[in-house]
Amino acid sequence: MNNSIAFKTIVVKEIYRFVRIWPQTLLPPAITTALYFLIFGKLIGDRIGTVSGASYMDYIVPGIILMSVISHAYANVVSSFYSTKFQHNIEELLVAPVPNWVILGGYVGGGIARGLLVGVVVALISLIFSDIAVHNLAITLAIAVLTATVFSLAGFINAVFADSFDDISIIPNFVLTPLNYLGGVFYSVAMLPDVWQKISLANPILYMINAFRYGLIGVSDVDITLAFAITSGFILVMTLFSLFLLHKGIGIKN
Amino acid sequence: MNALSLRNLRKTYSNGFQALKGIDLDVEAGDFFALLGPNGAGKSTTIGIISSLINETSGSVSIFGHDLRQDRAKAKSCIGLVPQEVNFNQFETVKNILLNQAGYYGTPRKLALQRTEQCLKQMDLWDKRDTVSRRLSGGMKRRVMIARAMVHAPKLLILDEPTAGVDIEIRRSMWQMMREVNAQGTTIILTTHYLEEAESLCRNIAIINHGQIVEHSDMASLLARLHVDHFVLDLARPLQTTLAIEGYQIEQVGDKTLTVGVPKELGLNQLFNRLSEKNIEVISLKNKTNRLEQLFMDLIEAGPGGRDR
Repeated sequence: MNNSIAFKTIVVKEIYRFVRIWPQTLLPPAITTALYFLIFGKLIGDRIGTVSGASYMDYIVPGIILMSVISHAYANVVSSFYSTKFQHNIEELLVAPVPNWVILGGYVGGGIARGLLVGVVVALISLIFSDIAVHNLAITLAIAVLTATVFSLAGFINAVFADSFDDISIIPNFVLTPLNYLGGVFYSVAMLPDVWQKISLANPILYMINAFRYGLIGVSDVDITLAFAITSGFILVMTLFSLFLLHKGIGIKN
Repeated sequence: MNALSLRNLRKTYSNGFQALKGIDLDVEAGDFFALLGPNGAGKSTTIGIISSLINETSGSVSIFGHDLRQDRAKAKSCIGLVPQEVNFNQFETVKNILLNQAGYYGTPRKLALQRTEQCLKQMDLWDKRDTVSRRLSGGMKRRVMIARAMVHAPKLLILDEPTAGVDIEIRRSMWQMMREVNAQGTTIILTTHYLEEAESLCRNIAIINHGQIVEHSDMASLLARLHVDHFVLDLARPLQTTLAIEGYQIEQVGDKTLTVGVPKELGLNQLFNRLSEKNIEVISLKNKTNRLEQLFMDLIEAGPGGRDR
């Protein structure tokens, strides 16, 4: 059994899926983020001045890019895997000699691909409004890939437990979006009162956004090493949990 | 060598329902095997476990000598499954459905393309290769599922009611395709509610009821156990009096129609002789029920372990 062929088949199928429906997957983030840059960065940002030594526009660009990566990596896996369950074509994979780690890797690979592609689209749009010179390319790429991995895995776990299409929209609407906005996309946590600073530190997205911001413009509210450790820790725990779910067949087998 | 061996296979669902109560079953390589049973008997659970869609509670499954638990990849590589319900991606083209399935089995791209073309041509679907699958007719979707199951050249093909809901013309052409696939050496396990289909195609049979195998034999010896054949006779003229012939179970169902139970030891010739003596002219004759159907009903009504036909 050649697992690399099975892995490639799942990843290519996933990429083909979101590219085929690009008006639903790639166009909306381009429009939404262009509006963010225009309204928050340009119109309001000009009145705010600088944050941590960077112009407000430059300050929010990394957060908006990573917010798009997070939401689209998550959305890709949760919608694709749940649809696969819903239409019962998950059976194609369960009947075939595809190891669980290949199934997981394939879907997560698709989520990472969409998250990063959307990230690139948003980054290109940001160039219209800002002229950021990348501070550290390795950190920027590494944290983008790791973050996309975390939220692809989260999307996978959500899809495994989902019993209806409502179940795949609850987490993005009521958990991800608030955590994104409270993760320092538009502000520095240093601007918050003490107590809120401490509460914000419990939000993992804060670390990811700040690490990405450090990679792009060299500014961060948190320790970069800690940010990488937290992100990697999430990946490890969620990968093991996802493999456990697949092994037990929870949510996918009768 | 056995294509499939089940040993003491049990399945109890989380709600406490015991779907399989320890079944043993062997299917020889190259066989065309029927697995029959009424709704809820345990057929789908058995097939689900064999094809890894359902986790067994206990027992073992061996496919061409590979234990499904210990040697999972090799065991699964031998199987192709055609499920009851359409379960492919309805937004995918026919060709991509097969190519993806070949990819899941680790088939290199070049070989996958060759096998896809071969299977689609065999199922008479090559012209539809670029059609999005939701636009296909019901019969075509069934054939896509058979082509998909065969794309990795499985040694064991499991067909779970493959002709359910398709018209008689397509059903007959699918029978022919299944015969050809079996003739090429692929072992086939068929479940169906059309007992005529099982009688026509299969050489060996198992009947499952209430989670237990109640019959497991070859088709010919099973049918030989049927002592009485039932026929419907259409007469040229209405009967004037009630008809009775010793040894035959005769029932008048219309002015010119009779049903007759014909014991094997008496046969049809004797019946016709007796009818001629009474100046009764028969213009047509047909089987009242399919022979296997009659046996099936006897076995199911007798209950687990019952063979008192």
